[in-house]
Amino acid sequence: MGILLNIIYLIATVTFVVGLKMLGHPETAKKGNLIAAAGMGLAIIGTVLVHDLEVSPLIYMLIAAAILVGSIIGWLIAIKVEMTKMPELVSLFNGFGGASAALIGLVEYGKNVNDATQATTIVSGIIIGAITFSGSLIAWGKLNGTLKSVVRIPYYNSINNIVVIGIVIFAAFMVATGVDSQLLLYGLLATGLVYGILFVLPIGGADMPVVISLLNSLTGIAAAITGILYNNMVMLVGGILVGSAGIILTVAMCKAMNRTLGSVIFGAFGATAAAAGENKTMGSIKNTNPSDAAIMMNYANNVVIVPGYGLAVAQAQHVIHELEEILSKKGVGVKYAIHPVAGRMPGHMNVLLAESNVEYNMLVEMDDINPQFANTDIVLVVGANDVVNPAAHNNPASPIFGMPILDVENAKHIIVNKRSMNAGYAGIENELFYNSKTSMLFGDAKAALTELVAELKNM
Amino acid sequence: MNEFLEFIDNNLQITYILILAIFVGVEVIKSIPAVLHTPLMSGANALSGVVIVGAILVMLHADPTDYVALSLGFIAVVLGVLNVVGGFAVTDRMLQMFKRKK
Repeated sequence: MGILLNIIYLIATVTFVVGLKMLGHPETAKKGNLIAAAGMGLAIIGTVLVHDLEVSPLIYMLIAAAILVGSIIGWLIAIKVEMTKMPELVSLFNGFGGASAALIGLVEYGKNVNDATQATTIVSGIIIGAITFSGSLIAWGKLNGTLKSVVRIPYYNSINNIVVIGIVIFAAFMVATGVDSQLLLYGLLATGLVYGILFVLPIGGADMPVVISLLNSLTGIAAAITGILYNNMVMLVGGILVGSAGIILTVAMCKAMNRTLGSVIFGAFGATAAAAGENKTMGSIKNTNPSDAAIMMNYANNVVIVPGYGLAVAQAQHVIHELEEILSKKGVGVKYAIHPVAGRMPGHMNVLLAESNVEYNMLVEMDDINPQFANTDIVLVVGANDVVNPAAHNNPASPIFGMPILDVENAKHIIVNKRSMNAGYAGIENELFYNSKTSMLFGDAKAALTELVAELKNM
Repeated sequence: MNEFLEFIDNNLQITYILILAIFVGVEVIKSIPAVLHTPLMSGANALSGVVIVGAILVMLHADPTDYVALSLGFIAVVLGVLNVVGGFAVTDRMLQMFKRKK
């Protein structure tokens, strides 16, 4: 039996590596995901059925029930969720994984207190699992708007340091003394949970994708630690793969936003945004209406659409596709300019536009589109703000200074659709709106674009 | 320090696997287009649900009268499966949208 299970785990491990590799290429991604899923299914079934243990029918029934309940709920959430909610969802699922790891540690601690190595593994598993769980829930709450974006706690740094030192001392004490106390065990769990909350709470909404990616990586590490505990290779390798891949992905995202991981974690965004909020008005703005905007676009040679998260919030991704089609029919060249962090997560905008059947080759990445703006008649910015803010180039005091942006201010005309003059996710003013080439088209993205399309149809 | 070295010596195989797996993870993810970052994160997230294997082991080894272990194990399995099934299903749904349309 042992041999069979080991072979099953070996196969599953290979599917993880191959699946992850295939996920990295557009043509093979879907298949890669399914291969990894099949491997995971194999590992789960193998673990339940292939062993020499004497297990009571009651336990088998409980396991089957747990798997059934989890599968049904997971499946329902996955097929029902709106694509705009993707970052929240990843965060929530990730929290569940972390919680699972922490619970395993709670059960195993009592049996392994006398072995310092095992106890160390278990204690680290509980801490990391707890941090991931509470941190992911906070990230989830922030992204769906339940929690205010930036929360400042008085004496944050001191509290944070005390909690970190507390965790280390707590853990060291438990391992060193080998004390089998449920009270201490749950105390350790609670401290981990508190730290997870403290860790994510002060981080600004714009940095949340980086945090989710980092937490995702941590769940992988928690899984790997559990793998060491059970001397189980599929958990060890699977967890480490996610852990190291997650770190690479986190760094890639930081690069796209021109931020260092350190500045994300230590919340520089939140600190400077407050100062930048003191900006006075930067001149006057020019209003336009859908019919004037329609006339401008009708006679343009080319239009570049810059979609942002506001577009997705208004569920306007289908209307924008309609606009693009009608302009194309009228002989206007249309392209979409996609900033790497458009939406709430890198690549999120691509998913959203793909959902409304926008052709893949109409989406142009930042580095390719930026030189073309000088020859663009009209740029239509829909629900994007920080990714087109020239302050990233010319205001060293701005918190987003240095972030690569779409250089829309080089275009001949810029039409910005926004609901109001409220600041973007980073909480800062945007001088683009006060540019003499810019016209503001205020209103809900879906309503405004629908009117725009209707006007164009009548021309 | 001594204990740390002893641990490595006692678990040489695991240490090798651990280090090699880190490199595999880095190599596999390197130079992935930004377009795929969201599905990739979601897929990797589903993979981290492999911790479910440990949750099942907890239940298999539990004494049928140890209700604490059984309930904690039960919740751990439910949450782990949620992570796995939900993660893979939603990744699939996302990638479905990327399929070339004619």
